Amino acid sequence: MAKGKTTFNENLCKGCGLCVAACPKKILELDKTRLNAKGYHPATCVNPDECIGCAFCATQCPDVVITVERF
Amino acid sequence: MAVVFEPTKGLTDKPFHYCPGCCHGIIHRLVAETLVANDALETAVGVASVGCTYNSYEYIACDMVQAAHGRAPAVATGIKRNLKDSFVFTYQGDGDLASIGTAEIVHAAARSENITVIFVNNAVYGMTSGQMAPTTLVGQVTTTSPWGRDPSYQGYPINVSEFLSNLAGAAYIERVCVTDFKNIQNAKRAIQKAFNVQKNKLGFSLVEVLSTCPTNWGKEPLAAMDWLKENMEKQYPLGCYKGADITFDADGKYVSGAIPATNNNCVNVGEVKK
Repeated sequence: MAKGKTTFNENLCKGCGLCVAACPKKILELDKTRLNAKGYHPATCVNPDECIGCAFCATQCPDVVITVERF
Repeated sequence: MAVVFEPTKGLTDKPFHYCPGCCHGIIHRLVAETLVANDALETAVGVASVGCTYNSYEYIACDMVQAAHGRAPAVATGIKRNLKDSFVFTYQGDGDLASIGTAEIVHAAARSENITVIFVNNAVYGMTSGQMAPTTLVGQVTTTSPWGRDPSYQGYPINVSEFLSNLAGAAYIERVCVTDFKNIQNAKRAIQKAFNVQKNKLGFSLVEVLSTCPTNWGKEPLAAMDWLKENMEKQYPLGCYKGADITFDADGKYVSGAIPATNNNCVNVGEVKK
């Protein structure tokens, strides 16, 4: 059961991958199958059930893409 | 369900123009969050500099002024002396502060102007495509030092925090970085402390933030973070260089610690300090 939830404002994402490295549960990835409005592969959560809502990803994100909620 | 992290209202809706992985976005957010947390967004005045941060006034949702290259501390001095109740900060890069603006920053610190300087050091001129800056490391390759910086020809890097901390007028000088969660929290604490120093009229405060420039370093964002940790932190050790013993209570009121003895910069023009 997920303890947290991440929401991505995808069109702000520049695909730098800092959130992917910051995630302690390793559940974030750059989605190589899609492009956002800026033309980058946006970061996305591939396994939402594992999310613990620590907000490490959002704290590291330079473009304020991520909103984090905790249950 | 509780929201633990959301975009701060201290930033405007305008997307950052910075390159992918650039730390300016993180540092902008920390400044904005500090302004919001202290309820200072309405009264704060920021001074944008020249460099990649030239239009930070588009992003931080407080009043901002654009200064000439390197002159942000001089402009902030004028603003602070007239708006003594406003939080006045400058946001400067290393090409701006440590090169053309050296005179202004040194004398602002020497006069113990009651302003806060956010100094972003990424060891290169970012906006103008990666020329050698005063803070470029020995051996670092840039577009104007293509064989690496050679000290016998191009001199040595300037450690701004160290030399400013020797000035009696400086109240609080700290160097932080934003490479991971722990360091980001520490950077936020340092910016909050600088805010408190100014609020209590203790004198000049400067927070130097080590930042990456993935584009001009020619590295992926993550590799740039590693390069910063391995190389820049050796030349620029993290830590508090002045005012480490200054403490505040929970309300941000000054409790104890050594501060500059002469501090008359908070009086309005024409007003004599008692």
